[in-house]
Amino acid sequence: MSLLRVNDLTVKFGDVTVVDGLGFELPKGGSLGIVGESGSGKSMTSLAVMGLLPKGALCTGEISFDGIDLNTLSERRMREIRGDRIAMIFQDPLSSLNPYYTVGTQIAEAYRSHRSGVSRRAARQVAIEAMERVHIKEAGRRVDDYPHQFSGGMRQRVMIAMALSTEPELIIADEPTTALDVTVQAQILDLLAEVRRDTGAALIMITHDLAVVSEVADTVVVMRYGDVVETGSTEQIFSDPRHPYTQALLDAVPRIDDEIGDLRTLGGGS
Amino acid sequence: MTGELLLRARDLVKQFPVAGTAGLFRPARLFTAVGGVSFDLHAGETLALVGESGSGKSTTARLAARLLDVTSGTVELAGQDVTTRKGKDLAAVRRTVQVVFQDPFSSLNPRHTVERIVTAPLLYQKRDIPGGSREFTRTLLDRVGLNPDWLNRYPAQFSGGQAQRIGIARALAVGPRVLVCDEAVSALDVSVQAQIINLLRDLQAEEGFGCLFIAHDLAVVRQIATSVAVMTAGRVVEAGDRDTVFGDPQHEYTRRLLAAVPRIRPEWEAARRAKAAAR
Repeated sequence: MSLLRVNDLTVKFGDVTVVDGLGFELPKGGSLGIVGESGSGKSMTSLAVMGLLPKGALCTGEISFDGIDLNTLSERRMREIRGDRIAMIFQDPLSSLNPYYTVGTQIAEAYRSHRSGVSRRAARQVAIEAMERVHIKEAGRRVDDYPHQFSGGMRQRVMIAMALSTEPELIIADEPTTALDVTVQAQILDLLAEVRRDTGAALIMITHDLAVVSEVADTVVVMRYGDVVETGSTEQIFSDPRHPYTQALLDAVPRIDDEIGDLRTLGGGS
Repeated sequence: MTGELLLRARDLVKQFPVAGTAGLFRPARLFTAVGGVSFDLHAGETLALVGESGSGKSTTARLAARLLDVTSGTVELAGQDVTTRKGKDLAAVRRTVQVVFQDPFSSLNPRHTVERIVTAPLLYQKRDIPGGSREFTRTLLDRVGLNPDWLNRYPAQFSGGQAQRIGIARALAVGPRVLVCDEAVSALDVSVQAQIINLLRDLQAEEGFGCLFIAHDLAVVRQIATSVAVMTAGRVVEAGDRDTVFGDPQHEYTRRLLAAVPRIRPEWEAARRAKAAAR
């Protein structure tokens, strides 16, 4: 049985449809990439799965997580799953961390909110272990540091540590490396692969970066203007894209190892 | 590239005082953002300054464009030392060097029409507008691939890529010899990015300006640059023509940077190209 099955997911703001009849399946431990340009609806899709759509959004369709339809779940029950069985990593770790609390407190409190009866002391130990797992050196000391005392890449490690503390079955990462330098990005992608190997967590990676998705995902969903343009195995999407938009998108990507010439562009004005 | 030497930067240093470190009788501690950078830019050449955040690449560009004052070092534009020019004397610099910024919307006045935005550099320099403001704007818009009839529109009526074209049109209005592009395509979607890169290449072929291209994206740099200077911690660690730097990097940092770029598997790329060619 698949861990997550999304069927005919539609998100509307009034008359505007931002996601239109999206469907995909993600097996346990699998990894799915959702790629698209701005306005494609890829981030709205991830927010819909997490039940975090902004006010005024109307979400219909089925989001079945381990047999539970998340779309019809009460906010209270959703909160039990979100941050516990489904964890999230966002683009900007600084705005996702509270500057007034130490990172250790934030990891520990996030953990305690899902594990009633766990003492502060035990949760602190969980935080230190989670920080060690994401290779933050001297975790026992740095657990008492504040977010501003970490670099961008280290903050994203803290976010991953927080996401991992509850041993989630699904990690949803929305542009997790977009704000990072390329050498740091490579470290964070390696880290995500490593923790998935160790914990068996499934991954949904939302990104505009086709090369990143080609390295991370087993299955790729290509979105444009709220529609799924093409779905397939990563190998099929990158070696044999069927839809003209996917083909054009792949043509437009500047490549580091490529011959130099005019970049192929997509039709229509920019 | 054997075009005319347009921009000659020598030993550029820029230090900033660190906030909160100054005392009543004690000067602030200094942070060295750029620690002795030299380069030449010729007509028709695109020199890319690449590096990660904090490498000093943007600060270097701002020093070269005289948007920032140097702590030490010299900037020569077309043979003239402009390092210490101030106020009115900077007008000649602004005629020679123009800048295209990363975020097109925050660098275009939302209350001004396209015509006013594009002609502003000429008005500011109290120069005549050849052929009149309207015709001039129409010609410029056409050159950057926008509809000439859009001259009365406001920035909010454009997409990100279109707004960046307006930013480029404004930079071209004064006929600059040097165009500084500070992460000018970084905020754009990949399909739009490709169009803007192609536009910059076409315009350079027509105009022959020298381009100082600041970017963190090595794949973009590979597509547009003729020469490359790799920066880290305020210094250039490796410089040379594009194919040498990318094909045979000498410095450990350059190698690490190139190795970190995510790549689509070559066998997938080959298969896709073969199928595309057969279509």
